[in-house]
Amino acid sequence: MADTYRYIGKATPRKDAAEIVTGKTRYLNDIKFPNLLYGKVLRSPYPHAIIKRIDKTKAQGLAGVKAVLTWEDVPDWKGGTPRYTRILDAKVRYVGDAVALVAATSEDIAREAIGLIDVEYEILPAVFDMEEALKPGAPQLYDEFPGNVVTPGAPIFGPHSLKQVVMGDVEKGFEEADVITEGTFGYENIPNPLPVEAPGAVALWEEPNKVTLWVTNQSSYLDKITLFHIFGRRVEVRTHGGPCGGSFGSKMMSWQVQTYATLLSRATGQPVKIVFTKEEHLAAFVLRPGSRMHAKVGMKKDGTVTAVSGTWLIDTGYYSMTTQSQVAVGCGEVQIMVRCPNWNLKPTIVCTNRNASGIVRGFGGQELKCAFIPLLSLAMEKAGLDPVEFFKKNYVKPGDGYFWRDGNWYTYRAIDYTKAIEKGAEQFGWKEKWKGWLVPTAVNGKKRGGVGVGVHGNADVGEDASEAYVRVHPDGTAVIISSVTEHGTGQRSNYIKMVAEVLQLPLERVSMTPSDSLFTPYEFGPAGSRGTYAIGGAMIAAADDAKKKLFELVAPMLGAAPQALETVDGIISVKGDPGKKIPWKAMGVDRTLTGYGHFEPDYTMANFMMTFVEVEVDMETGKVTLLRVLNTTDVGQIIDPPGLEGQLNGCLGSGGIDSALFEETILDRSTGHILNANMIDYKWRSFSELPVIDNVILETPFPSHRFHAIGAGEVATAPGPTAVLMAVSNAIGQWLHHYPVTPEKVLTALGKVLPKKRKGGAA
Amino acid sequence: MAVKMIKQGRKKTAEQERIHLTINGKAYELLVGSEPDHVEASHTLAHTLRETLGLIGTKVSCDNGACGCCTVLMDNKAVLSCMTLTIECDKREITTIEGLGDKPTGKLDPIQQAFIDHTAFQCGFCTPGIIMSAKALLNENPSPTEEEVKEGLSGNFCRCISHYQVVKAVMATSRGVR
Repeated sequence: MADTYRYIGKATPRKDAAEIVTGKTRYLNDIKFPNLLYGKVLRSPYPHAIIKRIDKTKAQGLAGVKAVLTWEDVPDWKGGTPRYTRILDAKVRYVGDAVALVAATSEDIAREAIGLIDVEYEILPAVFDMEEALKPGAPQLYDEFPGNVVTPGAPIFGPHSLKQVVMGDVEKGFEEADVITEGTFGYENIPNPLPVEAPGAVALWEEPNKVTLWVTNQSSYLDKITLFHIFGRRVEVRTHGGPCGGSFGSKMMSWQVQTYATLLSRATGQPVKIVFTKEEHLAAFVLRPGSRMHAKVGMKKDGTVTAVSGTWLIDTGYYSMTTQSQVAVGCGEVQIMVRCPNWNLKPTIVCTNRNASGIVRGFGGQELKCAFIPLLSLAMEKAGLDPVEFFKKNYVKPGDGYFWRDGNWYTYRAIDYTKAIEKGAEQFGWKEKWKGWLVPTAVNGKKRGGVGVGVHGNADVGEDASEAYVRVHPDGTAVIISSVTEHGTGQRSNYIKMVAEVLQLPLERVSMTPSDSLFTPYEFGPAGSRGTYAIGGAMIAAADDAKKKLFELVAPMLGAAPQALETVDGIISVKGDPGKKIPWKAMGVDRTLTGYGHFEPDYTMANFMMTFVEVEVDMETGKVTLLRVLNTTDVGQIIDPPGLEGQLNGCLGSGGIDSALFEETILDRSTGHILNANMIDYKWRSFSELPVIDNVILETPFPSHRFHAIGAGEVATAPGPTAVLMAVSNAIGQWLHHYPVTPEKVLTALGKVLPKKRKGGAA
Repeated sequence: MAVKMIKQGRKKTAEQERIHLTINGKAYELLVGSEPDHVEASHTLAHTLRETLGLIGTKVSCDNGACGCCTVLMDNKAVLSCMTLTIECDKREITTIEGLGDKPTGKLDPIQQAFIDHTAFQCGFCTPGIIMSAKALLNENPSPTEEEVKEGLSGNFCRCISHYQVVKAVMATSRGVR
């Protein structure tokens, strides 16, 4: 690219770096509040029960207790999509469901009070498996969801929100196929994104109908909107967003903890803080959706997919807030991965008596692909196709199209990723390592090597709307007024780079406000890799607008047209006549100028991530070791090299690649209890077990904004799990179709241990 | 990373009324009792640092000794402050993230500077604990190999996967110390 930038594409220290490394960053739990009360939640020990009676007198009598709330004490506020899930209800629907809320002068007192509440339950039969839940006579979670089928469609995506992939003629498609495969595949280990900082909130209620919340979220403005609707559109909500200790999607919706804090503040008139314990985080905050697909695929020998037909069951746990959105995006993403004219893919979202599913990186597409790619792989094996060649042939190309989440058809107008695939494959050594389906790459005594590949991409890089203001000052500084909070991607620093680039100011002269929904503008938040193009687009537009206003104001002083001016380091000059110059101060010391920027959604571009993995399997113990990972992508223009590297390395964390290796939430399907709700039993990758990682990042300019960039962070987790399954299958010479590939599953596939018999899904 | 349990002095706890701590070079005398500025027998060092003394640089994540987020130095060794009772820390010298660097000049500790230079964090929540673990490692072994760095940090959780950049940052300091 011919563009030479001052900051874009260069490694610059994060703006918040010094605060982070000195411990000065104030995360939610680090902020001091006067008269603060501490909230705790009494949670149900049963997966499904009616609360017959609650005696809270003992708890209320404990010194320091300021409020004890049960379902009888709270307004009829409801969350979920549609809003059928009461904040506190007379019925509990999973082990961990909120039964009562306590506010007290200390955490210890609140904890003690929880133990003094006496609850009598009428225990109901519970259901933990999607297909069991769909059977006639199965326990019903909600009267509003007959048969436990959650109402399809995501209202936020409009009236035609994508609910399925149906087009063409699948019968004709199967007739044209050279090979047809059919089967049931799942991704049901419900990994937890598990950001390091637990969910939390501080709320301060002011009578009669106003609440201010301090949130830890990747989208604090969205909280204001979400809560406004949950509170029956009768409460004025203000949110303060600050640094967030990781989210990976999950904290995008933190309404549970936020509504608890609000109810307790409303009852006490004092600020109330609730921070979930790690056990609550693991067992009572959101997981990935469960995914099970029964489908049939038709394919020609050349890798042309002729038809896809089947059902996709999505387990959302005890409620759905965003699962319909994930289904819509997943259905869009599958078309981006596989170019096929004939589809009949019908999703059904099912509620079961376990903790709820929510947003996690990969947003529906990872869940669908983790079930679908194993089926495609069987067809590729039959057709004798190399998966890299298959993906290269099928991944969306300019001129192709897809139904996106709003139900509309979009024609793809961005780049062809063939170059990224070829570069990645070459650097990985795919051609040398790939020996065919179910053939190991290497045999070394009892150890066998295998390789696999996965792919993912989404058209949400331009999703949703953003607004920003950029205010320029006579002293040659600028401030970005925005509701973006920092949740780890470094995007706040990147926006400062973008604005500094447009205004040609030193980085230290550009700053950014904290997020406060009272005065910072609308912002959907950084999600779905939209930060770079969508939010960045609003930032650039705001900076351009500020510059335009500045030039219009000073142009007469320089005797030139506004278009003839340029500015560098706070000095405006006439292009080609550098002698004619004037400092920003000329705008007048009693004035600032504010530019406004807006981004309108654009679904005509998709990002791309392909992940190659190499594993080693111990054929005696069944242990799988991830030796190497290579991610390849094209982002148009890198904004911040180390920041992007961090995002791609994130493929291992947050329920990504490791969800195929060892990560799982273990649900006891007889009691509904999660058995590994602590960070010792929930497995995570440590420093001592790092695979070699390489990131191949191409920069083919995109028709996005002036920096020709798009985002690629969110998608990093998605291609890896299927690649691992493929690699391990190849290594051992047997198909493995269940996540994660624990030693037990490997040894079972090898016939060295007997398969575990699982009790039915209902208790 | 091993949790260092301090056995000596435990018997005295009942009649002990004051805890003497040196934190980041500053001497503290804390009364044992139940007032807000007191140390209760059940208080962890993490609680005392954060809630009683306002040293919020030390973070708590799992609160169960599994994630290393709350790591501080006690007599120059890494300890998990969420698993250490304050009443067991009498006469100990504690260093937290706030105690790194040179206060008069405002100069950061080389390990902090290396973390900035390598963008060795994403959300940053686990970073103080990782830096303190790295500091303990470097105190003990000023020139660790990459494998030793990985082993030394193996008790520290990071979900964003800053690991690769952290290892580079610590190795840069390792060479610097050498």
